[in-house]
Amino acid sequence: MMPDLGKYAFAVLASYGVGLGLIVILVVASVLRARKVRAELEQIEQRSKRHG
Amino acid sequence: MSIWEYANPVKFIRTTDVVLPWISVAAVLCLATGLVWGFFFTPDDYRQGSTVKIFYLHVPAAMMAINAWAMMLVASLVWIVRRHHVSALAARAAAPVGATFTVIALATGALWGQPMWGTWWAWDPRLTSFLVLFLFYLGYMALWSAIENDDTAADLTSILCLVGSVFAILSRYAVLFWNQGLHQGASLSLDKQENVSDIFWYPALVCIAGFVLLFVALVFLRTQTEIRARRSRALLARERQA
Amino acid sequence: MIALLLRDLRLAVRAGGGFGLGLAFFLIVTVLVPFGVGPETGLLSRIAPGVLWIGALLACLLSLDRILALDWEDGSLDLLATAPLPMEGIVTVKALAHWLTTGLPLVLAAPLLGVLLSLPPGGYLWVMVSLAVGTPALSVIGTFGAALTVGLKRGGLLLSLLVLPLYVPTLIFGAEVARRGAEGLAVETPLLMLGGVSAGVIALLPFASAAVLRINLR
Repeated sequence: MMPDLGKYAFAVLASYGVGLGLIVILVVASVLRARKVRAELEQIEQRSKRHG
Repeated sequence: MSIWEYANPVKFIRTTDVVLPWISVAAVLCLATGLVWGFFFTPDDYRQGSTVKIFYLHVPAAMMAINAWAMMLVASLVWIVRRHHVSALAARAAAPVGATFTVIALATGALWGQPMWGTWWAWDPRLTSFLVLFLFYLGYMALWSAIENDDTAADLTSILCLVGSVFAILSRYAVLFWNQGLHQGASLSLDKQENVSDIFWYPALVCIAGFVLLFVALVFLRTQTEIRARRSRALLARERQA
Repeated sequence: MIALLLRDLRLAVRAGGGFGLGLAFFLIVTVLVPFGVGPETGLLSRIAPGVLWIGALLACLLSLDRILALDWEDGSLDLLATAPLPMEGIVTVKALAHWLTTGLPLVLAAPLLGVLLSLPPGGYLWVMVSLAVGTPALSVIGTFGAALTVGLKRGGLLLSLLVLPLYVPTLIFGAEVARRGAEGLAVETPLLMLGGVSAGVIALLPFASAAVLRINLR
């Protein structure tokens, strides 16, 4: 299954690791922040509704 | 029906909420297909060996790093001319994505250069221009986070983006003048002669589509976040006044 | 406009204006370089033009936040903004004053420091010419950066981060003129490019600086 990468295995695997790793970090960070901000806004909106 | 309808934050959030899952799924599909195809099912290049597989990450990331800045430039212009908040916030949302893509392009390039050129880094025009682009992203993001007032920050960063674009292009040519490079020319130009062969080209195309979709999805999501964060700040300010 | 220029110059020359600071910084940077890379004459004379350019650039950077920050703090910037002078004129005068108090001394001091770095004899003229052509651009770009960060409390570091990438073209062409001059090569092409960058920057960037300053004073 695994293709034979020859003597460049490290370079190829490290590139995929770094590239995909950075993308995953970016996506996770974006999603987490989106959730947090959404929750905060809902809380604030509820509070302001209660007060009038 | 005009594109300016999406300048309304509520309308923007409602529309992107509908579109976002589809784009995200499409992005994941494209990226998975392209990268798996490129990684497992393409032959090695006769000169570069298996390192040609790095190309499927490197080229799309580099392309989108530049296109992200172009998108920020357009969004900044729209903000300056028509003063739609969504536009300014979209530019803000795109900056970290573009910066990450720049890092990916630089890192994969370094990993490729080590076995191929015998060095992680060379002061080659393309590499240097990308480093300068990364510095521009850093400055842009730093300015956004340094200013508290949302409108002032949007104004200042959009002007910085305009000025920065001019200087980025200037730097590109200055760097070209300063050192002739190792980097190969355009591998995806429309000129068939100097193009890479089809075996490498099709999976790369899928990867590029994947990166574009990923960028769009992330910008939509992050713009929504910025809109909500802005609304939270506005509500909090009103509460404090009351 | 001339009155404003004279006022800025007087303020800069007086104690606390930081007139000599840039020069002293330039001196220290050039003195430190041989400590870092070793005292070998051949090496020093090869890197001398670049070191002089980097030193001048950093010395320029050091004094940028003074361009507008002091006027911002004591409120005279608001007064200037309401004066009949257009904002573009104000930022141009500010940049000119900065150049006269920082850039020009650097240009004049560069040959002396070139001696310390054993600059080749042919290089003195071209180092001075390239600095004379390039430093006005540094002042104008710096004024843009200062206008961007004027209202911020800890603007100094951010100012450097914003301004340094903008310095890249000037530095490349300027150092290239100096290097080619020192090695006795033809300097016309980079010199023309440097002049072009400077002229373009001086002509266009004050509009951006003025726009930014107006936003910050809003």
